[in-house]
Amino acid sequence: MDPIIMEGSPKTPSVRFNAEKGIIEIKGRSIPENAIEFYKPMVDWLDEYSRNPAKETVVNFQLEYFNTSSSKCILDLFKKLEAIHKESRSVIINWYYEEDDEDMLEAGEDYESIIRIPFTMIEMEEQ
Amino acid sequence: MAFNIQQSYSKMNEGEVLLAYKGSINTDLITNVLDVVESKLEDARSVSSVKKKVYSVLVESLQNLYHHIEDLPGDMKEQFDTRFGILVVSRMDDLYRISTGNFVRSSKVKHLKEKIDKINSLTRDELKDMYKFVLNYQKITDKGGGGLGLIDIAKKTGNKLEYSFQKYNNDYYFFNLNIYVTEPSE
Repeated sequence: MDPIIMEGSPKTPSVRFNAEKGIIEIKGRSIPENAIEFYKPMVDWLDEYSRNPAKETVVNFQLEYFNTSSSKCILDLFKKLEAIHKESRSVIINWYYEEDDEDMLEAGEDYESIIRIPFTMIEMEEQ
Repeated sequence: MAFNIQQSYSKMNEGEVLLAYKGSINTDLITNVLDVVESKLEDARSVSSVKKKVYSVLVESLQNLYHHIEDLPGDMKEQFDTRFGILVVSRMDDLYRISTGNFVRSSKVKHLKEKIDKINSLTRDELKDMYKFVLNYQKITDKGGGGLGLIDIAKKTGNKLEYSFQKYNNDYYFFNLNIYVTEPSE
């Protein structure tokens, strides 16, 4: 499977999806006006990946901001990951948030309560 | 009292104005506004969590405008830019105000008013539950909004949404929304 590699932009995050290594990473800002269009390739990629996932999938979300339009698409990604988890494959989700950013921590907790895979919450010190 | 756009705009421009804009709301404008406000916030004295809230709420309110702005009829088009909207970000004492204005069809006023009143009536925990419910069960609309924008704004700011509808003509009202982000008291 081809990896997804996208550099970040002022409104979109950097993306690294690697099937061989089982690494899924989204970092930065996700505030595009049309989030569905942006996330479609990732949702499709996970669909294919879920048929033959790595022994362990490590998911790193390190978002600075995301808009509500992205929040639905991110939930779609998590639901695909939940399906992999249900097949007894290991899925580790790391949710990074900046020190004092309680909104981002809460956003992670909201997702965790919806999809039922335990999240590891990782606080980052401000640079 | 007849609706006067200039009067509304002046009223929105109270306090220390970080940015004021009236005209067409498009994606480039949103990018520029976010850029300008972000650099102004960097210089502001507020704590970083407040700056983040202001930025995040600004993104949401601008994109709400972007997704919901109405096409105006011919006689109004002569007076206003296409996709006309107003945005003012200002600071007063211990709070930031994000004020938006746009025309809405008379037929949509009741629904929008009920939605805001409902959001304003909820406690923080109820808002959190509503957010999660809508996130999980409601499909994204054709307009691209998820129906989450106002809920998210109310949840993040912890303040009531202040609004008014002023009649412009039989078909349109001018909708003004004021969002407040307060500095935490020490």
